[in-house]
Formats: sequence, C-alpha cells, structure tokens
Amino acid sequence: MFQYDEIAVKNQLLELIRRAATDLPEDVVEAIQAAQENEDADSAARSVFGMILKNIDLAREESTPICQDTGTNIYLVHMPEGVSMRKLTTLIHEATAEAVDKSYLRPNAVDSITGKNSGNNIGEGQPYIHFEEWDNDYIEFKLMLKGGGCENVSTQYKLPDVGLGAGRDLDGVYKVIVDAVNAAQGLGCAPGILGIGIGGDRMSSHMNAKTQLFRKMTDTNPNADLAELESKLYNDLNTLGVGPMGFGGKTTVLGVKMGTMHRLPASFFVSISYMCWAYRRHSMLLKAGGEVTYD
Amino acid sequence: MIKLQLPVSEAAIRELKMGDEVAISGLMVTARDAAHKYIHENWPDWLNPIMEGSMIYHCGPVVKQHDDGSWSFVAAGPTTSIREEPYEAAVMEHYKVRAVIGKGGMGEKTLSGLAKSGGVYLHAIGGMAASLAKAVVKVHDVYMLDELGVPEAFWHIEVKDFPAVVTMDSHGGSLHKSIKAKSDEVAKKLIFG
Repeated sequence: MFQYDEIAVKNQLLELIRRAATDLPEDVVEAIQAAQENEDADSAARSVFGMILKNIDLAREESTPICQDTGTNIYLVHMPEGVSMRKLTTLIHEATAEAVDKSYLRPNAVDSITGKNSGNNIGEGQPYIHFEEWDNDYIEFKLMLKGGGCENVSTQYKLPDVGLGAGRDLDGVYKVIVDAVNAAQGLGCAPGILGIGIGGDRMSSHMNAKTQLFRKMTDTNPNADLAELESKLYNDLNTLGVGPMGFGGKTTVLGVKMGTMHRLPASFFVSISYMCWAYRRHSMLLKAGGEVTYD
Repeated sequence: MIKLQLPVSEAAIRELKMGDEVAISGLMVTARDAAHKYIHENWPDWLNPIMEGSMIYHCGPVVKQHDDGSWSFVAAGPTTSIREEPYEAAVMEHYKVRAVIGKGGMGEKTLSGLAKSGGVYLHAIGGMAASLAKAVVKVHDVYMLDELGVPEAFWHIEVKDFPAVVTMDSHGGSLHKSIKAKSDEVAKKLIFG
C-alpha cells in the first residue's frame, strides 16, 4: 500500500504550482531563444522575443507569475493501485487555495450562472484533474496551466470540410490546421504550440489534443507519418507571417504535436489545442519514501 | 519612444500613428469582460472622472493585499481585446476615453470609433505579466471588487513609463488588419494550392 504524509505532499504540490506558474520549462525557453535568433535583426519580432525572454527571467527570479492568466489548471495524475483519488483531490485543492493566497495563482473560477468568482480558484471542474492507475510504485503529477486567450482560439473540425476542400485523410487534417492557425492570428499569444487530436469522439479528441501538450518540445513522434506531418506543418505555418503576438515575423508556431485515436466510421474529428508561448507545464514524482523530484 | 502623460488631449492622441512606441504615465483603469457588460447596461456617472482623457487597460491582474489593506499588482499583462468589440467604441465615445490597451487588436467597429471620437488602440505584450506589473507603481482604488472578483474589477492604477505600441490609430491604420490580409493569402495557397 502506497503511503504518504498528507501535509508534506500538500506543500510539495504547492511547490509544483509555484514552478508551473513562475518558471517556464527549459525546452520551451530554448525554443523561444532559437526563434529569436531566426528573426531578422531590428525586426519587431526580434524585439518582442527580447521582451518575452526578459519577462521569463524576471518571473523566475522573483517567483511571480509569467502571465497573469494562470489558466485552467490541468492535472494528469498516474498512481499505483489503492491510492485514494478523493484524498489526492483534497490535497490538490488545498495547495491551489494556498497558491492563490501566495499570489502564484489568480482566482480564476467564475460561476457560469451568477458570474461570481469563487475567490480561491476552486469550483466545479476547476482545477481539472484526470487520474489513471499504473504499474509503477510511485505517483506522478503532471500540471499544465493553460490560459483563456489560447483556449479561446482552440477549436475542433469534422472532416470532410467542404469549404476547405479537406477530406478524410492526413491531407485534410493538414488543411484544417492551417485554417485554424490563420484564424487565430496573434490572439492566442503567438507563437503557439499545437496539440492535435485526430479521431476519437468530440470529448476524447480534445483530451487527446491537450495530452499531446505534455510532450517535450524536442521529442519525435514515434509514428513516421505523423512525424512527417508535424514537421511539414511547423515549416508551412511559419510562412503565414503572423509572428510573435501577431506583430508579424517568421515565427507563428514553436511546435506541432499530434496523436491519434480510433474513430467511428461516421466521425472524423480533428481537435486543435492551441497553447500560448507561455507554455507552463511541470511534473512531480512522489516516491513511496516521500522523496520528490520535479521536472 | 513617445511619452504620454494622463490625462491626455484628443489632439495629442490624433497625432499618433500605427507603429509608434509609447511610454504612458499617470492614472488609468482596468476593465475587461464583466466590467464592459456592466458599463453597457448601466452607463454609471461615477466612471466619468476616472475615464475622461484616460485609458482603459484590458487586464485581469494577479494582486496582493498588504497588511494595511493596500493592494499591489504582482502580474499584470494584457488580456485579449476582441471580446470587448461589441462595446468599446460606444464606451470610448461616451466617457471620452483616449485609448484602450490590450492584446490581439480589435475589429472594424472599434477602428471606426477611434477615427470618430479620437482614440488609439495600444498593444502591450501578452504574457509580459511580471515586467508590466513593475510599471504599475500604485493601486489607487478598486471598484466593484465583490461583484466582479479580482480579475474583472475596475482597478484604478497609477503607471509609470508603461510600454506599448500603437497598432490601431485614429486615421484608419491597423497593423492587425494588414498582417491578417497577408496571412490569408499564404493560407489560401497552402490549403488550395
């Protein structure tokens, strides 16, 4: 039976939230630095990247949020058999409320009927927590903070799409993604990172798209067809000229990550989860002895 | 870099052109989704002295309240402006607001409004939350905090050298419109060959 000290884990989760809100992961920072190098000298794009990189450093040094929209807090938790989901949910909620008190998170949960803000970032469906059991003898908490601006430009298509001439194949998938990124312009805080879910139903397809965003920027898709399409989209989308924050430039996306699911014969969904450049995700491993490591 | 001190005159705002970089100092007010809906339904007089000749910042900050009850901004970047498109031109004209600051730009209705009433759209850098919070030197007051919550309340703030770029001016110029027109062309080629 996996046992842990509840107060210690609550504090470790608070540290996970602090890192997610204030410390952009190294693979993302490196992608932004490379994008800046690729922009023309004296261009608006290069200057915008300079401001972005300065802000990233400042947030890390001062332990303040990189973006004031600390987003939907999305947790993927993997755990050994027998661990209580209800107890972990309670600990995540306690850490969340404390993170609001410490100004790591903004109170971001608004009642959809009354418009009342709950004040502690906790509400129905917030934070979003997904649990899965696994064979390992430790618990993994993955956390992503996804802001509203980029969530608002995220979208879902169903193929075929007559207007775009997009059929039920990877070429059709390519076309709807180009359409979505062009429609998004700078509104989702470009350059974006795209999580793409192909297949599934409307719900699982979006989930798949978001799950892709937990991959590292530098990984290669194990499916050769998808790896090729990710690379083609990355290159082609960067010819759109939207640029960082929509100011124009050579960098419209920083990465494209795709995954598939089986679908019904009748359905062919393509879900696009657009993540802003403030691509905040970290993870924490909790071992049986209480030892914790962060990534 | 053009320095703007608030309150600012209509004439000074009409001199600004798309692409100009500005540094703003003085008193301005935050207002975003719920605040714009509220204004549009109530047109309250108490906003007159706060808004006239000033600027609206589309921002939902992370704040900290100190032991003496005073507030400071911890993270304060812009939010996406286009959601206020239904309201903004009317709000700017009614209260004589000289600029809105946000990100992503706004549409035709606001662009015409800027020309009519004498205003500009200023783009701040989204996600620049930590840096921009430093430009907010003092929180003077907060209105409707209980009703609207921290992100959506009216925060009356004093800024110093707050950096932004004019991306929509009072002469019909819009950087967002021209970038979109170009990227539409590229997207069409990529999709239809």
